[in-house]
Formats: sequence, structure tokens, C-alpha cells
Amino acid sequence: MGMTMSEKILARHAGVSAAGAGDILTCRVDVAACHDMFFTVAGQIDFERVNKIDNPDKCVVLLDHAVPAPTGRDALGAVKAREFVKKHGIKNFYDVGEHAVIHQLLVERGFAAPGKLIAAGDSHTCAAGAMNAAARGFGPAEMMYVWCKGETWYQVSPTLLYRLHGGFSSRAVTGKDLFLYIAGVYGDATNMNVEFGGEGVGNLTIPQRQSVATMCAEINAEFALFPCDDRLRDFLKERGDTVMDGVDADADALYHDVRDIDLDSLVPYIALPHFIPKNCRPVTEVEGTEIHQVLVGSCSNGRMEDIALIADIVKGKHVAKGVRFIVTPASQKIYLEALKAGYLETLVEAGAVVTNATCGACYGGHMGLLGPGERCLSTTTRNFKARMGDAASEVMLCSPATAAASALTGRITDPREILVA
Amino acid sequence: MKIKGRVWVFGDEINTDLIFPHSAFRVSPEEQAKLVFSDNRPGWSSLVEPGDILIAGKNFGTGSSRPGAVLLRRLGLAGMAADSINGLFYRNAISYGFSALQCPGVSEMFEEGDIAEIDLLAGTVKNERTGEVRTGSRLSESMADIITAGGIEELLTQQGYME
Ligand code: SF4
Repeated sequence: MGMTMSEKILARHAGVSAAGAGDILTCRVDVAACHDMFFTVAGQIDFERVNKIDNPDKCVVLLDHAVPAPTGRDALGAVKAREFVKKHGIKNFYDVGEHAVIHQLLVERGFAAPGKLIAAGDSHTCAAGAMNAAARGFGPAEMMYVWCKGETWYQVSPTLLYRLHGGFSSRAVTGKDLFLYIAGVYGDATNMNVEFGGEGVGNLTIPQRQSVATMCAEINAEFALFPCDDRLRDFLKERGDTVMDGVDADADALYHDVRDIDLDSLVPYIALPHFIPKNCRPVTEVEGTEIHQVLVGSCSNGRMEDIALIADIVKGKHVAKGVRFIVTPASQKIYLEALKAGYLETLVEAGAVVTNATCGACYGGHMGLLGPGERCLSTTTRNFKARMGDAASEVMLCSPATAAASALTGRITDPREILVA
Repeated sequence: MKIKGRVWVFGDEINTDLIFPHSAFRVSPEEQAKLVFSDNRPGWSSLVEPGDILIAGKNFGTGSSRPGAVLLRRLGLAGMAADSINGLFYRNAISYGFSALQCPGVSEMFEEGDIAEIDLLAGTVKNERTGEVRTGSRLSESMADIITAGGIEELLTQQGYME
């Protein structure tokens, strides 16, 4: 019997020839990364008591959620992170100035690569599946376990295959809309892997795949994997990486279900408050809803092509009165590129607030929290109650195009009205 | 591995940000536990008594890697059962020595205040008042060992990785 992509990667890292749904395997982990919240939040794991680490070169530590530190507690967490990497000889440490949201950092710095098994102390770690890596999130205790032992257990889950066909009908429809459509129609994938295939997958840019793979955490997927196709190989080759261990699913792999999606038929989608599975609608159904804040950023949609698109939408126009338009790039590198390309200038001229690259308001940390009765239209990952501030606020999730088009009107707006091409 | 206790009933999609709100990121461990469900059920954390059991619907613990299970344990809950549990929350439950059972339909079995009996190795949950029993997924021996050890931190300490 053939194997899915996640089965192949798990089998390879467990040193066995085959793996299938239901197996429990102990696997060697290639990269294990933690961000500042591992060190900042008390009572999760007493990391100061650790005395040996398996292999410091496989460890990555970075600051992203609260940079530069907005509170004393965050500053203390950063101090502890710096002490920890020094004590254990961890060279892969990314401090303020070299910072990026963890899932973007793992891609930019080449840690997330085809065929790798990646562990990180963050739920959206499945994001690295865009790079054909099997990646999942762990809590702080288990991250410490992986750092100490270099391995952990994996239960092989059944896999859902989404076969993509055709391409998006306009620039106003992107990867985020594909995800929101999947989550809205099929609901959750709890205790299952999600894999993508079909000839249409080649029409998704790598950042779009990153957006989709990131968001698969919201349907409770274990792994979310894209194939190692020509588009990914070209992306890696362009920046000088050699592709070593890419995996593709076997033609006779066993799936829990196979679902076909015609990309041409997709429209802009939106997730309503306070959860995502089976709670998404076409934007047209909620058009005109009043909004108070628009946020473009996060590991889902704070990348260069997202910023280029929103700059294009708002160029020469102005954000509606009464709306705060916040743009938070996903990394320093993206920030600099967007600056050099003139996009940040365009955005600020249009009335946007461009912030430092950080998780920022996505998790309710800093720079753009909501007050009671306020509604935010956001390209971030979660719309949970009180996620971005007051328990009596609301977050709706959408693509960068929908966010920017809506910032201009102050109401939820179909971006196809503005982006005709 | 059996637990028995008074039941609290919660619905579907109880996410990590409700269990472990961001307001708990910057306070002491004791204060953190008091903030559990402060956004969806204010005051609840002070009503919990040691040994109580939480019953919930679909996708319990959906969301973040923040270890909600450790706060539930710190509050004194003996464990929980839900129709389905997010994979990351489930791993966190095991890692922090908190008993959790996935059992489809369990949310329909209880009214708040009922007494539940959960057998993790058998994968069963019973309502003492109605006598109804349902079977969910069994806990594997190796995971049971982690819970019995008291969680991963205890395990790493026993094995000499932590002082
Ligand atoms: S941007 Fe948001 S979802 Fe992504 S890692 Fe940061 S807090 Fe988590």
C-alpha cells in the first residue's frame, strides 16, 4: 500500500519502511523552535532547571510575539530567553532586529525545508507544510522534551486529500479564500492530516500555500502538507537552496476522503465571529457590515505579495473615516522589502498605520487591541472571543484584498468591485 | 486510571484563549488559574472544587499551544471528557498529567452537577445518575505512563534532564 506525504516523512524519521493511520511512532525531529512566550509565560515549564540538551544546532529560539517588549513581563521573558540560549550554546537565536513571526522565520531562514520533521512551540507550526515539511505544534513541556531528547511520539492520523483544479478567477481571490471556503464547507479535520494535490496546486504561490497551511490549524488539522512540486523547487532554487528530501504522495496512498475543489469557482470568503469551521460565508453575504479596525498581518497574511496587493488597492485613495487600518509585516525582511518597493509609503499616505514586524494584535498582545462593541476585519488566524481585546468585541477573518477594499469604505466590501483584473 | 467527580458542562468549540486567556500571560501561576473561562463564564473558577470533572462538546481546546490543561489541573479538576479534542490540546493534557478522554456523544449524557466516572484505559465514561455508559478512544499504555509520572516535567526530572 502506498503512503501519503505525512506518512512518508514520519516513517523516514522513525527509521521504519512504512507507516499508516493508527501507528504510534517515535521520530527524530530535525528542527525544534520556540518563541518568546515559552520564556515569558510563567508556570508552563521550569526551563531554568534543564541541564542537558540533545543537540543545540537543531534548536531555534526567537522573539516574535512581543517585540520590542511592550511590558516588563515581556522584557523579563526576553532576558530569560537570552540567558537560556547562552547557557545551552544555541546559535540559532533571533533577537529584536532580526525578528520575524516564527512560521515566516522558519521559511526565510531555511529551517522549513522539504521532507523535514519540524516541532515548534506554536499551534500554527503546520504552516511549514507549505514547504513540504511535516510540522506540528507542541506545548512548552513537550518542546522541552524534544530539546532534551531530540525525539518524540507521533500518532499517524488519517489523511484528507484536497485535489485542486484550475486557478483563481481574479487577483481578488487568493489562498486565504481557498482556506475559508474549505473550512466553511467541510468544517473541521480534528485528529486528521490535510494534504493538497491536483494540477491546480501549481497555481498557488508559495506565500499562498503558507497562508493555507497556517490556517489548517483552525480546522484542528495535525499536519497540513503541500507537495514538493516544480513551483516549490523553483522557489528554493531561486534563493540558492538545494532540495534534498522532498516527498510526494504515492498514487495508491490511502485517504480518509478525497475532495475536489475548482479554484475558478471560488469567490472572496469571510469567517464570522468567534470560530471558523462551518462558520464562513461569501463576502457578498455580509457586505455593508460596519467595521472599526482593519488588520493586515500575521503568519497567515503579512507577506510581501499581501502587502503589494493591499498597496495596489489603496494607492491614491484614503482609508474611510472612523476606521483604523493597521498593517503589520510578518518579518523584518518583508518590512524592508516593502519599504524599498515604496509600498509602505503608499499605505501610510492612504492613512494606514504600518507597525513593526511582530505577532502584535493577532494574539491580543499589543498594537491594535479592540474595545467593547468594536469589530475588526482581519487577515490574521483567529476570530476567538476576546482574542484581540475586549470580550465584547468581534473579529472577522478574510484575505488581504477584502481587508484593504473594506478599509477604504469602512464597511465589508467585495474586493472584486475594486480589483477588476 | 479512573476518576470520578461532579460534572461541569461546556459546549462546542471551547478554545484555548477561553481556557488560558491572554490576560493570564503576564501573571503568576496561581493567578493564571483564576482566569480560566473569565471571558465566557466569569466567576466559574472560584466554584470549582478539587476532583470535579469537565464535560464538553466538539473540538475542545481548539487553538493555541498555550497549555490550557495545566490551568485546568491547577484549578483542581480531576479530568475531562469531550465529544472531540484538538490534537494539540490532547498532547498538552498528557504532557501535563491531565486526564482527558475523547468520546463522541459524551456531551449529551450529562447535566451539570451529575457524577461522572471516567476510565481512561478502558475509554469509558459513565453517568452515575442515569447509568448510561459510552465508550470513546482508549489511552495507550505509553501515554498513561506519562500521566502517571505526573507529566513530562516530572519525567525529565526523573531521567536526569532537569535538576
Ligand atoms: S502571527 Fe498570530 S497566529 Fe501567527 S504565530 Fe503570531 S500570534 Fe500566532
